[in-house]
Amino acid sequence: MIINSRFFNRTELIGFVALALLLFVILPLSLDIFRLNLVAKYLTYAFVGIGLVLCWGYGGILSLGQGVFFGLGGYCMAMYLKLEASSVANTKIQSTPGIPDFMDWNQLTQLPFFWKPFHSFPITLLAIILVPGIFAFIIGAAMFKRRVGGVYFAIITQAIAAIMTILIVGQQGYTGGINGITDLRTLHGWDIRTDHAKFILYFVEVVLLFGCIIAAQFIRLTKLGRILVAMREQEDRVRFSGYSVANFKIFAFCAAAIFAAIGGAMFTLEVGFMSPSFVGIVPSIEMVIYTAVGGRMSIFGAVWGSLLVNFAKTSLSESFPQLWLFGLGALFIAVVLAFPNGLSGIWQDYVQPHIDRLLASRKSKPGNGFPVADGAPAE
Amino acid sequence: MLIGHQPKDFLLAVSGLTVSFDGFKAVNDLSFYVEDNEIRVIIGPNGAGKTTVLDLICGKTRATSGSIQFRGQELTKLRENEIVQAGVGRKFQTPSVFEDLTVFENLEISFPRGRTVFGSLTFQRDAAVKERVEEVAEMIFLKDRLDTYADQLSHGQKQWLEIGMLLIQDPDLLMLDEPVAGMSVSERAKTAELLNRIIKGRSVLVIEHDMKFVEDIAHKVTVLHQGQILSEGTMEHVKNDPKVIEVYLGH
Repeated sequence: MIINSRFFNRTELIGFVALALLLFVILPLSLDIFRLNLVAKYLTYAFVGIGLVLCWGYGGILSLGQGVFFGLGGYCMAMYLKLEASSVANTKIQSTPGIPDFMDWNQLTQLPFFWKPFHSFPITLLAIILVPGIFAFIIGAAMFKRRVGGVYFAIITQAIAAIMTILIVGQQGYTGGINGITDLRTLHGWDIRTDHAKFILYFVEVVLLFGCIIAAQFIRLTKLGRILVAMREQEDRVRFSGYSVANFKIFAFCAAAIFAAIGGAMFTLEVGFMSPSFVGIVPSIEMVIYTAVGGRMSIFGAVWGSLLVNFAKTSLSESFPQLWLFGLGALFIAVVLAFPNGLSGIWQDYVQPHIDRLLASRKSKPGNGFPVADGAPAE
Repeated sequence: MLIGHQPKDFLLAVSGLTVSFDGFKAVNDLSFYVEDNEIRVIIGPNGAGKTTVLDLICGKTRATSGSIQFRGQELTKLRENEIVQAGVGRKFQTPSVFEDLTVFENLEISFPRGRTVFGSLTFQRDAAVKERVEEVAEMIFLKDRLDTYADQLSHGQKQWLEIGMLLIQDPDLLMLDEPVAGMSVSERAKTAELLNRIIKGRSVLVIEHDMKFVEDIAHKVTVLHQGQILSEGTMEHVKNDPKVIEVYLGH
């Protein structure tokens, strides 16, 4: 991969390389396939985190409903996989063979029209991007054109997350209800349940993750990225500089939704099912917490936050299932009060200066051109 | 007032403009005209509706009735960003600059190119942009502060930066709301000098309380009182108008 020295500054480049080493080399070599699959699951939230960095960290638009987009991406993928698993041969004991099992249990005798396009793999891939993208566009256009923002927007996104869960649970025959879409087997004829497939999928996901990191970094470095920061601070000044603030907010919100959807689709593949428990208010807020802990101004921070908080969640909730939620809440409050820029802020304020001093004392200072931008991603 | 048959060559024609907030008419049936290259100062006591007039022209507040014609274009129907693109620039009373961005980036954002979402994704910081930013930075006394984050600037420097951001837009009509308020004496003198330089070749609408400053720059003065025009004309005329002395300038 060719990395333009302007694309990442030195700190970011170190962060990029360190993360690439960890995800491409260290973890696959040191973890067994069960643990690696867990890491893959954690990383699906990093996609959401990257979107939140753009939308919330840079644009100042707090969305408490990213689970909706994560879920839409995940459900699109799950629908394709489910249709493939529900071939006539596999479902011949049903009263209507050839439709997903939960439809049969709910006395449906025909595949609903909106399921039909998901027979096609290319259309599914397109839908994973377009369905959440268009949905985010509609919400964004409805809210931002009317100048709904800040806390009101956050509450509305939360309400949408709640509505979405109720809708999925309520429409059992069409969506699989509270159990979600389960018993997924093959992707385009390739069995995704084997260890080998899980290994491959992990790498596919990491490559996609780096694709998203680069896309987000690209957006951040264009004038659009600076307009997002400007908008967060002085919305009126941006408006009276000739920009349509609403359009920029819609863009940031749609971008965040699409990143989240890619994560959701990967989640379905890694974990092998999709259910409404990843759509509602609680998972949506957890996703915001991962981003806040990692550092909402840092793309790499979002990835680290997702990894570390989920790792803590798995290990702690195994030993103290009741205490975990309190722990998560306390963590969030602590981060917001003490370290508003999360782990990346701590790194930048306390660790980076030492490294810089060390490097500076080792060799006579080379011209390192770029100053570290305020809130620039650290490792 | 020239309602009904105003000549075509006015840059800005405000006629019958009214805005009411819950029945309170902040601006009441206001009409005035600004010509090309004219410096118009609006003065008046607190609550006279001065800032509201600017808000109405730039689209921040929607008019209840009346019309604002700018180069024959009806502004009351346009969105704020479209009004900016039509050539109207607005400086706010409190300095509003982007504190988390550098002086360069602040000015760059105001550069009139790539104002759509995709335009700003493909925007290139080319020589024309750099040249213009440096040129304006020199005018606003911030040439050696281009890489400084705006939150490090003094109050006066922030005011200049915002004026610079307007300059780079190159508007035909520049609206300034109390540009020297809260400035030190030396900053005030520099600002007057700056304004005198930038008002050339465009029309300017200024709200100001500093009478010395008004006398220095105004071609024509409009005195507002309770949302209506109390008096209009040269500074000399306005100063000697008994109504103005009564409500504003004092005896």
